[in-house]
Amino acid sequence: MAKPLSIFHRSLSSNIEQEASEMEMNTVMCLLTDAEGTPLGSAMYIPHNAGHLQLTNLVNTFLNNEEKLSYSFYVSDEELLVSVGTYMERNSVSVENVLKIVYRQQAVFRIRPVYRCSQTISDVHEGEILCVSFSPDGKQLASGSGDTTVRLWDLNTETPMFTCKGHKEHVLAVAWSPDAKCLVSGDRDGKVCCWDPSKGELQGNALSGHKKWICGIAWEPAHLSYPSRRFVTCGKDGDARIWDFTLKRTLIVLSGHTRAVTCVKWGGDGTIYTGSQDSTIRMWEITQQGQGILKHILKDHAGWVNSLSLSTEYVLRTGAFDRTRQVTCSDEEMKKIALERYIKAKGKIDSLERLVSGSDDFTIILWEPSVSLQPKQKMVTTARLTGHQQLVNHVYFSPNGQWIASASFDKSVKLWDGVTGKFITAFRGHANCVYQISWSPDSRMLLSCSKDSTLKVWEIGTKKLKHDLPGHEDEVWAVDWSPDGEKVASGGLGKALKLWKG
Amino acid sequence: MPQGDYIELHQKRHGRRLDYEERKRKKEARAVHKRSKQAQNSIGIKGKMIAKKNYAEKAQMKKTLKMHEESSSRRKADEDVQEGAVPAYLLDRENTSRAKVLSNTIKQKRKEKAGKWEVPLPKVRPVAEDEMFRVIRSGKRKTKQWKRMVTKATFVGPGFTRKPPKYERFIRPSGLRFTKAHVTHPELRCTFCLEIIGIKKNPNGPMYTSLGVMTRGTIIEVNVSELGLVTPAGKVVWGKYAQVTNNPENDGCINAVLLV
Repeated sequence: MAKPLSIFHRSLSSNIEQEASEMEMNTVMCLLTDAEGTPLGSAMYIPHNAGHLQLTNLVNTFLNNEEKLSYSFYVSDEELLVSVGTYMERNSVSVENVLKIVYRQQAVFRIRPVYRCSQTISDVHEGEILCVSFSPDGKQLASGSGDTTVRLWDLNTETPMFTCKGHKEHVLAVAWSPDAKCLVSGDRDGKVCCWDPSKGELQGNALSGHKKWICGIAWEPAHLSYPSRRFVTCGKDGDARIWDFTLKRTLIVLSGHTRAVTCVKWGGDGTIYTGSQDSTIRMWEITQQGQGILKHILKDHAGWVNSLSLSTEYVLRTGAFDRTRQVTCSDEEMKKIALERYIKAKGKIDSLERLVSGSDDFTIILWEPSVSLQPKQKMVTTARLTGHQQLVNHVYFSPNGQWIASASFDKSVKLWDGVTGKFITAFRGHANCVYQISWSPDSRMLLSCSKDSTLKVWEIGTKKLKHDLPGHEDEVWAVDWSPDGEKVASGGLGKALKLWKG
Repeated sequence: MPQGDYIELHQKRHGRRLDYEERKRKKEARAVHKRSKQAQNSIGIKGKMIAKKNYAEKAQMKKTLKMHEESSSRRKADEDVQEGAVPAYLLDRENTSRAKVLSNTIKQKRKEKAGKWEVPLPKVRPVAEDEMFRVIRSGKRKTKQWKRMVTKATFVGPGFTRKPPKYERFIRPSGLRFTKAHVTHPELRCTFCLEIIGIKKNPNGPMYTSLGVMTRGTIIEVNVSELGLVTPAGKVVWGKYAQVTNNPENDGCINAVLLV
């Protein structure tokens, strides 16, 4: 690789030096590295007036990209928005030092920010809306409510499509399978209902097993099993149960937590992570015989663990569905596509996904799999992200895994670096507790919903508020951005579901 | 009513009639009809009593039947859905309802505005002016009625001198003047006889405060140097507020409770 690179290097740099000599400007010694630190070529001279465009061209050429991909550049964790020379002057960096520029690929597509409410659907749900979720292909929307129904919505006409009755208590959680064919909801009684989303019918009976209410549901990733069959639910009784959708029964019960399990996530390597009010996170594995065994207990929190997020979470949720792809492939192909997407999202092939957990002790911990030679992969605390002044209610990795966003009851949303855990910025603007966050699929925008009945769209590039979306009558409890980036759905205490558009 | 046991004796000796069982059975069967006929045809108080008794029996029967119907097998309980749906992450948290928070803040603001103190007797019965003052007629023909005499207990300071009688509008009789009050400490529950330093506020109006009238609910300042209280800074406290708890004009003494 070195030779061709150097040829390019020479030809390019000669071009650049020609330009430089034409401009009679000085050059700066720079080293381009990617997010994990591997350098791209060797240190080279770049003219002073090299800005975003020239650097993008450089990176594209070096990586031999067929299409011109867009990148964003960071120097010592700050985004490089001006030309290299201006940056050097401003920060008075000595010309003799090699300037390390980190490049990050931005998503090829750009999502339009949502700013207007396209539809307010007021009288359909008779109870407060407790959870909303778009299907992974972005075609359907499901909402669970305090009037014990799950409703499916038609996104083309923005009207209700099916009313799914089967629960006897408030519906607390809904989850779509990664192949978008199954919908599962959990309620306050501990009952789980499986639905057929194309007809809106209950499949089988309400499954009982949990003794108290259900806090979260997670599906097995698409690249591990296609079509999706297994999902795990966690509840207040301290158990996590793995169910089979087609057999309609519990396969395995993962008990061990002493208090309520607040969140559960199924990782891409098959590990199940459960976070609980006893301030521990447990990692479970399913053996070949179909037993669930405890792998590790992560004990670093001092308060209830409120929320978990994996760096590959978005990809696991959407499975094989990209923004553009339609479901025309066979099952095997879909599984392969899902696996490809998963590996791409992880980074290197042998690296594992990172985990972030937000807790009642006002801190967030970023966990990374340890590099030690133990036979079992254990998660070690990389960083403890402090700074919030109230409990952290929701943490969420960005779809490209580069950032972590955290919503807290101290009315702020904080943005952290997804790899190192370093604090980037705080978004302030809400007037009351921030409940949930949702990322746009291109990771450029962040949406937060709050007790003060507004939603706010924040832009990551400029680190500012992009749009304020008022209009809800009362607290907003659930928000979701569709995976194709077109629509946002939100609902809360005021019983109206609102759909927002760009 | 048999006055002996000759009936039983005969039954023992000779047995019963041959159709006794059958007659008994038939009579009992007819008893239902007889009872119903009685209940339908009785009039007056007798009828009412029978009806009441029947109704009580019916209610009791219904209850026992319902109890028996409750089977031990579990059935789908059609309970009403609870109010107040909350998402899962808020379920375990005790959130004070918005209304309560708002009313609390409003109450707080009102209190601050009014500048109210926390006193043992927040409200007292208002005293009317004609109850408080008695009209004194003066002048040669006793027609002038501009003088008033206070009928309640008063406090005048130690250096008090009357205004010249010709100009004195309010007369405070020396018989109703008090210098000491029996003050109870609320926590220690003991009473001391302390000197009054002054009147801070009379709830009936500022006029009475300036006159020095002490009615129930008046805040007075008393000399507590006897108690030996010390401030955190180290200085000796010698005056504290107390609130009058009795009607001094009726009792002839002032009872007050110390405001700590």
